[in-house]
Amino acid sequence: MSKAAVAISGAQPGEVINLRDPVVAAILGWLIPGMGHIYQGRTGKGVLFMICILSTFVFGLVISDGRAVYASWTESDKRLPYFCQLGVGLPALPALVQTYLVRQGKAPLFGGVMAPPATPAELNEWYKTLHRYFELGTVYTMIAGLLNILAVYDAWGGPVELEAEEPKRDDDEPPDSNP
Amino acid sequence: MLSFVLPLAEIMQMWYSVPLIVVISLVYSATRHEDMRFIMAHSLRLGMMITLFMAAIMAVLFVLGWWL
Repeated sequence: MSKAAVAISGAQPGEVINLRDPVVAAILGWLIPGMGHIYQGRTGKGVLFMICILSTFVFGLVISDGRAVYASWTESDKRLPYFCQLGVGLPALPALVQTYLVRQGKAPLFGGVMAPPATPAELNEWYKTLHRYFELGTVYTMIAGLLNILAVYDAWGGPVELEAEEPKRDDDEPPDSNP
Repeated sequence: MLSFVLPLAEIMQMWYSVPLIVVISLVYSATRHEDMRFIMAHSLRLGMMITLFMAAIMAVLFVLGWWL
């Protein structure tokens, strides 16, 4: 695996970010949001990503009573939002274990958090009891997953600097026409 | 009285968008810059733009709902 560094514009001309191993950083960043940046020594951004993404995911999970994140691919319930939620990495993976247990006819763990509904009637019951919080929780957890994909890309390739941030150089000024 | 309170309760649901706006602004800005000062400045601008855009859409929908 290759090691990489990218140049950035900023206060110090020629300053570079050492991305260490970008592939390892991307995998770590996917597993635990912000961990890829912490591995690269970009601790401030890592902590920022971790707090923002994990708190959004947990908030969505809590307001939906642990129901908004589940994996299901049956005729009656194809849970497409889970593909977005999976972007958050390790925190969304227990849903796969819960699905496996339910499909095997076993009782789900942790009181059914992240477990799929056993029947379509149970899913209807969730909508009935949770009202809009089921949808709100789904939106929060999906956005957390999608934001982590941005963070993973940042860990892999470095930041996309905007031109406005480029420091102005003195030699950019037009030459004075007066003798 | 109820006809006045109910629209207010609907507007209160919009508070759920505030944490999302903050988080989206911060994370998006952090993927654009490395320096924390630039990140904060960019996220502030982006957060205000998102809020204004949502407010404009809400105003249009409110006018349409009142008019139609």
